[in-house]
Parts: sequence; structure tokens; C-alpha cells
Amino acid sequence: MDSVGNIILYFVIAAVMIVFSFMAVRTRKILRSATYLLFSLLATAVFYFQLGYQFLGAVQVAVYAGGIMVLFVFAILLTHRPDEKERRLDSHRKAVGIISSVCGAIVLLYALFTMPVLNGASLSECINGSAMITMSDIGKAFTGTAKFQYLLPFEAVSVLLLACIIGGVVVARKN
Amino acid sequence: MVMSLSILWYLVPSILMFACGVYGFITRKNLIAILISLELMLNSADLNFVIFNRFLFPESMEGMVFTLFSIAIAAAETAIGIAIIVNIYRSIGGTDITEINKLKN
Repeated sequence: MDSVGNIILYFVIAAVMIVFSFMAVRTRKILRSATYLLFSLLATAVFYFQLGYQFLGAVQVAVYAGGIMVLFVFAILLTHRPDEKERRLDSHRKAVGIISSVCGAIVLLYALFTMPVLNGASLSECINGSAMITMSDIGKAFTGTAKFQYLLPFEAVSVLLLACIIGGVVVARKN
Repeated sequence: MVMSLSILWYLVPSILMFACGVYGFITRKNLIAILISLELMLNSADLNFVIFNRFLFPESMEGMVFTLFSIAIAAAETAIGIAIIVNIYRSIGGTDITEINKLKN
């Protein structure tokens, strides 16, 4: 059974995640939208920590909440006045959005709650039943070529990031 | 009453986050806001990878590795997307998607 602290943490973080995701798509001020997205990403990072993936949580905080959010804020300040509001949504589009998102969520929740139980174990059982992932495991997984090791995708990502740097310069330069 | 956090508990916030992303992606008119909704959807998919890894295959770490790659690719995609948005702003003086067809003139 899980400790009371873990359960309370779960409820707080789940509420933060849902509320801030909703507010991020609901507010008409774009800078606020980015701030709410930041809280939503941080809540996800706390979930990663709680699930026992410390390295992944740290990467989420550093790359998403650190790097990508700075990019967003830069882009927003470059292209908007701080007090600028987005135009009001037209009701037709709003209806389409609400119908598609609510129907999608209902279908997914229905599928989730009617599927055969894949694993009824609680979080603490899963975490205690498996070895802790150490940094050396992660390093070996990224730099080997055997089964369940990912050197080739790792190198492909480095080429992708290089292409991204060159592409960013080419797209954003003047003339 | 003793509760235990099972896999369903973690998947529900992920689903709701994805639904918020879909709503924003369809309704928002600002390019940056659309990119923000896209990040929400990507984030929910990443969370799903990790949850299934932890609860169904706790002895392996493939879900975590996939999420790490996914975060790297999302960072690259956002950087390029924002470069394109800044370029569009320079051309037409705004980031509203209803005005993007001005670009063809």
C-alpha cells in the first residue's frame, strides 16, 4: 500500500496538472498561457520523480521548463505587446473544439475503464519490486549497440540537433 | 480505507491534459498558442510512456529512454517552429493564423 504522503502528493499534482492545462488553453493573454504551461510541465516533472525516474524528471525540468519555456517567452515578447489580448473566439470554432476534445476524452476514459486490468499493483509495489535505475544504467543504454541499447538513435538525435541549429539560423535570418 | 495508486490513477490526468491540448489546438488563433497546445499533447504522450513503463514493465527502462528521445525531438521542433513564427511575424506583422494567407502575395 502506498503511503499517505504519496497519495496526497498525487492528488495535489493531478489537480495542478489538469487545472493549469485547462487554463493554458483557455486564457486569452498569451504570456499567461505560457506561464500556465510552465506549471503544467513542472507538475509532469513531479510525476516523473514520484514514479521513480529521477533523471527523467531532472531532464524535464531542465529542457522543457528551462529551455523551451525561455524560447516561448522570447518569441512572445518579440511578437506581442505585453498587454495584448487575443481576439475573442468565434462560437463555431469553440463548439468544434469542445465537441472534439470532450468526445475524445470520453472515448479514451471509456476504453481505459473497460479494458481488462493490465496490472492492479500499486505504485510502491512496482517501485520496490524493481531495481533502482542508476545513472550508469542510463549511460550504458545510450552508448551501447547490444539489445536494448541505443547508440544509433543517440547519434541520430545529435545530427537532428545540428540540423535544427542550421535550420533555425537559415529560417530566422534576414533575407 | 486504504487506497493504492494504480495505473488508472496516473492515466486519467494524462488523458485530460491531452483533451485540453486538442481543444487549444482547434480553437486558438495565435500560432504561439497553437504551439503551446501542441506541447501539452506531446507532454501527455511522454507521461504515458513513463507510466506504462513503470507499471507494466518495471524491470526494463525502454519507456524512459523513449521519453528522453521524445523530449530532445520536441525541443528541436519547438526551436524550428518558433524560428518560423518569428519569420512570419516579420513578413506580415502578426501571428494570427487567419492572416497567414497574406504570405502568398
